Amino acid sequence: MVADLIESIAKIVFVFSVNLGFFAPVLGWVERKQSAVMQDRIGANRADIFGFTAIGLFHSLADALKVLTKEDFIPTGANRFFHTLAPFICLVPAISTFVVIPFGGRYELFGHQVNLVIADLDVGILFVFALASLATYGVVLAGWSSRSNWSLLGGLRASAQMLSYEVAMGLTIIGVLIVYGSLRLTEIGALQENFFHWGIFLQPLGFVLFLTCAIAENKRVPFDMPEAESELVAGYFTEYSGLKFVMFWMAEFLEIVTISGIVTSLFFGAWHLPFVSDQELLSLFQFAGPNGAALLAMLVNVATFFAKVIFFIWLQMTIRWTLPRFRYDQVMRLCWKMLLPLSLINILITGLVVLVL
Amino acid sequence: MSDLMKDLHTEHMVINMGPSHPVTHGTVKFLVTLDGENIVDMKVDIGYLHRGFEKMCESGTWQQVIPYTDRLNYVSPLINNVGYALAVEKLIGIEVPERCQYLRVIACELSRIADHLTNVAAGGLELGAFTAFLYFVEARELVWDLIEMLCGARVTVNFVRIGGLKNDLPQGFQDKTRAVFKECRRLWNDVDKLLTKNRIFIDRVRNVGDISAEEAIAYGFTGPCLRACGIPYDVRKAQPYLVYDRMDFEVPIGETGDNFDKYLVRMEEIQQSMKIVEQALSQLPDGPINLDLPQYRMQPKEDIYHRIDSLIFHFKTVIDGIKPPPGEVYFAVEGANGELGFYLVSDGSGKPYKCRVRPPCFPLTAAMPRLMKGRLIADIVPTFDMINMIGGECDR
Amino acid sequence: METNVTIKKLSNRFPGAIIETHSHRGDDTAVVKKESILEICTFLRDDEALLYNFMMDLTVVDYLGREPRFEVVYHLFSLRHNRRVRIKARVSEADAIIDSIVPVWVGANWFEREAFDMYGITFKGHPEMRRILLYEGFEGHPLRKDYPIKKRQPLIGPIN
Repeated sequence: MVADLIESIAKIVFVFSVNLGFFAPVLGWVERKQSAVMQDRIGANRADIFGFTAIGLFHSLADALKVLTKEDFIPTGANRFFHTLAPFICLVPAISTFVVIPFGGRYELFGHQVNLVIADLDVGILFVFALASLATYGVVLAGWSSRSNWSLLGGLRASAQMLSYEVAMGLTIIGVLIVYGSLRLTEIGALQENFFHWGIFLQPLGFVLFLTCAIAENKRVPFDMPEAESELVAGYFTEYSGLKFVMFWMAEFLEIVTISGIVTSLFFGAWHLPFVSDQELLSLFQFAGPNGAALLAMLVNVATFFAKVIFFIWLQMTIRWTLPRFRYDQVMRLCWKMLLPLSLINILITGLVVLVL
Repeated sequence: MSDLMKDLHTEHMVINMGPSHPVTHGTVKFLVTLDGENIVDMKVDIGYLHRGFEKMCESGTWQQVIPYTDRLNYVSPLINNVGYALAVEKLIGIEVPERCQYLRVIACELSRIADHLTNVAAGGLELGAFTAFLYFVEARELVWDLIEMLCGARVTVNFVRIGGLKNDLPQGFQDKTRAVFKECRRLWNDVDKLLTKNRIFIDRVRNVGDISAEEAIAYGFTGPCLRACGIPYDVRKAQPYLVYDRMDFEVPIGETGDNFDKYLVRMEEIQQSMKIVEQALSQLPDGPINLDLPQYRMQPKEDIYHRIDSLIFHFKTVIDGIKPPPGEVYFAVEGANGELGFYLVSDGSGKPYKCRVRPPCFPLTAAMPRLMKGRLIADIVPTFDMINMIGGECDR
Repeated sequence: METNVTIKKLSNRFPGAIIETHSHRGDDTAVVKKESILEICTFLRDDEALLYNFMMDLTVVDYLGREPRFEVVYHLFSLRHNRRVRIKARVSEADAIIDSIVPVWVGANWFEREAFDMYGITFKGHPEMRRILLYEGFEGHPLRKDYPIKKRQPLIGPIN
């Protein structure tokens, strides 16, 4: 009982410190450096502590200090309550989605079963969708409560776009669910032990569709219609400043991590190394004794998982800095006329193949 | 449903886009009436950068106008310099030496390259293609390096003089140009790959902001925007000035006049301008760059220090200004945005009686409501960028 | 390029309306009566031998002390014949009003507004005769020669 509690707390602390303490600030840095590398620039390198710049890493610290000292501005005529509530509604789902994503397998440590996921829900993937749809409310509320035309337009665009892409996104993963026969992410992960059973090989179309929908759901370029800075100034968060602004910003970055986590879990073998089964991994670390081997295998798996996550973060950043922005009606057309039929076809083909086999 | 629509209270949303808005480059206001995302009506409000250019010109001497012309189209100041100097020279009835004409062509084309690079780059930026923006801004930096080498300043150049130039070509300019153009062409290819065949980019700019050739003419379009409609009117070809008639270059034209055609025309003109600069550099003759007419063009400094007649002329032209004979002229050059005309009236005194500039982007901006009505609000972004309104020139 | 074609045609077609002509430095110029400006512009645009389809520039020159005081200057360009012409119409200060040429060239709209803004000349029949570069509430017309160059006007607040 106590061991379970310690295990849970340890996992929560681990996931949250990785997400909030590592990914959220470091992604800000990664985005700057990544874009700089792509654009023949040097990138952020000015913030320093006693002359040390640490290749620009202190910028996240400087940003944090800056937003803490900024005025918390609420425009006149705005609905104060909802204006304040909106960023929380955006951020909380973004943080919480990660609880169902497994970042490692099951291990026998000191006679105790360790399952590396905070909440092993049997409806795991549905939980993700449920929370993702909550984030829509935050965006719409932010747009509506700011009492600014730009924000309102951004909020309207966001609601239309996010609702549409949720439909398409939900349909894209049905193929995966048919193939693995489970909604539980740990189970889907476990089933991908064999390299050729990875989702990308069983559901290549599903992967492409899902990634597209997920980026659209996260409202990043090329799908950043709700904020489209050249049209709507900053869209739904035009009227936000200081910490509240950063909450939207953090929600966006955390969603990048979450998307990468889900993509890894569903399509890229979760925590598994390619061509190495769990048994082989354990036997590789035989020299350290049963507990040591399990511990080492766990470390390798967690590292593998996060390496894959980082790869997908990199991929999303590259897409973001390469493509121009769609127009609002084009985004909707893409969703309803391209992605939705394609995902339906994907379901049909998957169903037929599963039926025949 | 129809009952519901009847009872539903709907009204158009009026939005002030600008004067401080990311798409307006700081100095223009669109009063947009929206029905959802559709533009029902649009009013353009300019004048936020009005500095009284003509009044300033009328208060100074003829030579003192040149720095003001730098601030007209501040992205291609050398063309403004050259246009003004040529207009004054036409008013006086003089022609500058051949070497000077070649150098002016080089200066003009460098400016044109910089202008088109900026325009395409900004277009990419506003559509979210930040990487393409920075590639072209890097290319522009290199071109500005060349301009800096040529005249010592990057933006406010003040390089051309009436009857000559400030200075001759610096040492090593040819080699530097070769290196810069090589790099520019590499960056041009990169941007071409990033944008020209990019489906998202094409979807955003194709069939947006299109206008028929007849309408474009009625609105007074010139430059790349007119050529995108399929009319090959280029002042450099139609009424060649300087030594453009000796240059081998082509005038690219589009078909529909939409934003994609404007973009393609500008991209091609960058290449053509580089070709012109290379030709001009290879044909460059030796000889003086300034006219030997002390009442119009200042003598070299050594003469002024050592010869009394030069000193007197220097004194007279600086204090009183040069004195073109009374009369009026209109002279047009091909600016980066279109026909840049100067209409000068002289009353025989040292100050311009009237110094009117025909800004190419003024009629272009006036056509914005025509281009935008019935479109989506997002279409303002590429259209306004391809119009390439420059506040300094439009508002003067 | 043969010169004076335009001027000859104009003089033949409107003998009473042409006050004077010249070709200083190769710029064909015709000073016309302001009453017939609309008619002359339509003719210049539509005549097969002229086809001045571009209204390149429109401005005003203030000859303070002369009567009539203002000259409205039109620069036209013919794409087909690659020819330019300058048409001038004199307008007196007391009756500073002239026909708008927006019906002929729609692009003249803003140019006429600018001329109104800077010189205070009203264009009759213009769809929207108001200031363009300066703000509503600006007093006077700054490019008139009797407007002092050092004069300051307080910028009044935004008008809604």
